[in-house]
Amino acid sequence: MTDTVTNTPAISKDISKRAVPRRRRKSRAYPIFRVAVLTTTVVLFIAPLLWMLVASFKTNVDIYDSGKTFFFTPTLDNYSNVLGRNNYFDFIFNSFWVALWSTVLSLVLGVPAAYAMSRFSMGRSAMVVLMARIIPGVSLLVPWYFIFASMHLVGGFGVLILSHMFVALPLIVYIMMSFFDSMTTELEDAAQVDGLTAIGAFMRVTLPLSAPGLATAGILSFIFSWNNFMFALVLAGANTKTLPVAIFNFVSYASIDWGGLMSASVVVTVPIMVIALFTQKYIVAGLTAGATKG
Amino acid sequence: MIGTVTTRPAVWKSYSTWANRHRKWLFAAPAMIFVGLLIAVPLAWTVYLSLTDAQGSVRAESKFVGISNYLQVFADTERFWPAVLRTFTFTGGAVATEMVLGMGIALLLWRPFKGEKWVRVAILLPLVATPVAVGMMWRLIFDPNIGFANQMLSWFGIPAQPWLSGETTALPTLIFVDVWQWTPMVVLILLAGLTALSEEPDEAARIDGANAWQRFRYITLPLLRSTVVVAIVLRGIDALKTFDILYSTKGKGGGSFHEVETLNVYAFGLSFDYNDYGIASTVLILFFLLIIAIMWIVTFRRKEDRS
Repeated sequence: MTDTVTNTPAISKDISKRAVPRRRRKSRAYPIFRVAVLTTTVVLFIAPLLWMLVASFKTNVDIYDSGKTFFFTPTLDNYSNVLGRNNYFDFIFNSFWVALWSTVLSLVLGVPAAYAMSRFSMGRSAMVVLMARIIPGVSLLVPWYFIFASMHLVGGFGVLILSHMFVALPLIVYIMMSFFDSMTTELEDAAQVDGLTAIGAFMRVTLPLSAPGLATAGILSFIFSWNNFMFALVLAGANTKTLPVAIFNFVSYASIDWGGLMSASVVVTVPIMVIALFTQKYIVAGLTAGATKG
Repeated sequence: MIGTVTTRPAVWKSYSTWANRHRKWLFAAPAMIFVGLLIAVPLAWTVYLSLTDAQGSVRAESKFVGISNYLQVFADTERFWPAVLRTFTFTGGAVATEMVLGMGIALLLWRPFKGEKWVRVAILLPLVATPVAVGMMWRLIFDPNIGFANQMLSWFGIPAQPWLSGETTALPTLIFVDVWQWTPMVVLILLAGLTALSEEPDEAARIDGANAWQRFRYITLPLLRSTVVVAIVLRGIDALKTFDILYSTKGKGGGSFHEVETLNVYAFGLSFDYNDYGIASTVLILFFLLIIAIMWIVTFRRKEDRS
């Protein structure tokens, strides 16, 4: 195990070599060791993000000055430049709009499908939908581009939402299937005994009970769409450009405006991180859905 | 809406009966048709394009050239085969490192402790960060002249490294970025698996005098096997398809020496930077077959192990 990590950052050695043997001795050292390693881990994961945040409050002169790595006069100029001059509010709206609609439409299509696949054990049908998760996006992008360009649809919201649904739908089906798998059918059956039809029982009993699952699927699908870069890079037009593409276009000029670039990056990541902080439970549930079933 | 069916006209009732009887397909079909249309049609089109000399404008005439594109790609030792190698290097390096680190962190987080919540929040942040922004962030940190990475090295008297701009250092640096962003994903999956484990086998082994390494190697790891496979499969699929951080840090063609040009970046470049659709489709079909083959081997071996 330790042999494979020689090329990785120093922390890896500490973890793999020591964490386990230390526990054997039941010494007092293990708790201290554990705190030390976990603190280092947290710092390594957070520090780069803080670095981005700090740089977004620096002038470009300060960014280039190694004497001002930690001590500088914070400025909001980068933010006012980026938000004021570059139609960033349009890009924020575009990202939000595409993420919202691709999530909503994918939920409408995906939740009943996941329900049927879970209740009727449609393993092969589920594979069809989950294939979409395996296929590389580029291999679809070329024909989509051909087809939609000949229909003069490239550059509109419709195509963009459609392409993002392609990412969202398999995700939602996957999460909701494992959610429905773990849900008992007792209440549904009881509702049917009491006179509801099967579809009625799904609409009035199962769906309301699935609220946590729907939240999980919806939030993750929104985040994946918000973060999506490749589809928007090809299919978005001047009016539908999303934030990741806008950030990418930032560096196509000769010299990089680092302060502006970092503030633009903060603008795209902070909303998603705030959502993540408040919905941590759901995100973790979604990312680990089906992981323990094998 | 259907619960009040008795007050509706007879026609509605027969519709409702029909819908309920066929709800299996009524529910599943829309999603399947959507995905099917968006996969099957494009895939057929890609196969067709790979047999033509399509290039330039989308509306340009193209003619059927048979398998000559495939022969050309297979003979291409300058771009195609190096891209295949880089794809495997990137995926193998990133996933292996993430699994080892992820397992270590997950084991440390396994037993509850004070402040656990903060660690969980901290590892969630890289995971949800927009990959393009992550690429830009590391681009600044790894900038050879003004980046913090080299500044830190200089404190220890180590000479500055080219990082992302070096021909040989770019790919390892990007593996590091991938590890930074996706190790948390492995941690979360493994932690979910660990939490679901019963403590009894571990306790029994402890009483029998097994040390921590033995308990991990012979008790925890075998019990966790299926979760480990899930983590490898999920990360493997995504790592093979990595595009965002590669393209946002190195741009077209994976840098001036194509030093980070994986199959995905190569195919994207052929398609949308050079509009060479015929060759691009050929590369894509081969890439697709490669992914299917890997997935098949992994899931096939898994079934074999179980029986």
